[in-house]
Amino acid sequence: MDWNRVWEHLMLVSIAGVFTVVFGLLLGFAAHLDRRAGRVILAVVDVLQTIPALALLGIIMVFFGGSSATVIVGLVLYSLLPVVRNTCTGLDSVSPAVKEAALGMGMSRAARLFTVEFPIAFPTIFTGIRIAVVTSISVAVFGTFVGGGGLGSVIYRGIYVQDMGRILFGTAALMAMAVLLDFSMSLVEKRLYRHRM
Amino acid sequence: MSHLFATYGAMLGKAILVHLAYTVTSVAAATAVALVLGVLLSRAPRLARFLMPVISIFQTIPGIVFIGILFLYLGMVPLTAFTALAIYAVFPILKNTYAGLLGVEEKYKEAARGCGMGPRQILFQVELPLAMPTIFAGIRMSTVYTVSWAVLTAMIGLGGLGEFVYRGVSTNNSTLTVLGAVPAALMAVGLGALIDLAEKRLTPRGLQEVKS
Repeated sequence: MDWNRVWEHLMLVSIAGVFTVVFGLLLGFAAHLDRRAGRVILAVVDVLQTIPALALLGIIMVFFGGSSATVIVGLVLYSLLPVVRNTCTGLDSVSPAVKEAALGMGMSRAARLFTVEFPIAFPTIFTGIRIAVVTSISVAVFGTFVGGGGLGSVIYRGIYVQDMGRILFGTAALMAMAVLLDFSMSLVEKRLYRHRM
Repeated sequence: MSHLFATYGAMLGKAILVHLAYTVTSVAAATAVALVLGVLLSRAPRLARFLMPVISIFQTIPGIVFIGILFLYLGMVPLTAFTALAIYAVFPILKNTYAGLLGVEEKYKEAARGCGMGPRQILFQVELPLAMPTIFAGIRMSTVYTVSWAVLTAMIGLGGLGEFVYRGVSTNNSTLTVLGAVPAALMAVGLGALIDLAEKRLTPRGLQEVKS
């Protein structure tokens, strides 16, 4: 019965992960294209990550009620920072020579962004996504307090009824999830960086 | 609004102080432990190669587990919250101290040795100052996490701002939740800024110029 919770936890993390990547990339692009907006965007996502997770979820709960939607919105807000920051720095650090070559070939701004700068920045962006996903696994534990389920409920229940087995099961499942995801994503990352000097 | 403060004002003030006390004491203790362990580990690279991955894995354990397990053994005393928070806060600082010390380039240490400095002088006057930015990044991370996990101490009935959040969430009273959540958020942001300030004071001037 606790295995359902593992599944639930994975669902929460992956749905939030998809949204984080989409919004993170958009905000990262915006921050790269407009320097002044970029500074504001980065400051805001930085502060968002500083807010204690349970407090953030509590505030979101005012709008979405006690449901998995609250947890997902919270996870997305909480894990935006690494994706936005790495997208922005990745795009910023594309070498000027490459950009000029693309410009010289007569490519438009959009074409340059999507076919030249984005692929070059992708390894850095992927690192950001990895950090975001791995942190959101442990943040999702808070989901149980706002009725979102997941492995947090297993651990919380274990503490409540003083059942060490449950606590350990929940913890072990969380650790395994984090380590496995981190490891497999770091393998992908290594392949991505291989083409870099 | 004034009615709200009349009802909860005193309680809120006390909660903020309790929360702050938990955070500051456990981060301070964790910093002391982590600095010593980090320096020791940086002197024993072979041991560190084994231990660092283990520490990274431990870091994935959520704070609620430490609080929960210690609660089962120690019971509902403030020591439980303090120990759990401190244990959790050690990992990021330890990791960054170690990484920062390893990151000090060999040429600086050699130059120091050439000046006739002993190992202890090199550690305190060369390596630690150069590793300062990385160490502070760790302390900042720990502090922010600890403010966050300290909210959970209310789960085992130990006060702090979590009491508001927790009660608000479980009785679906959003006023109480916000009343606990906003000060907690401000505290995290404020402590983060304070640590940034301390960092600026403590990093060698030469490094600051490179950074800005």
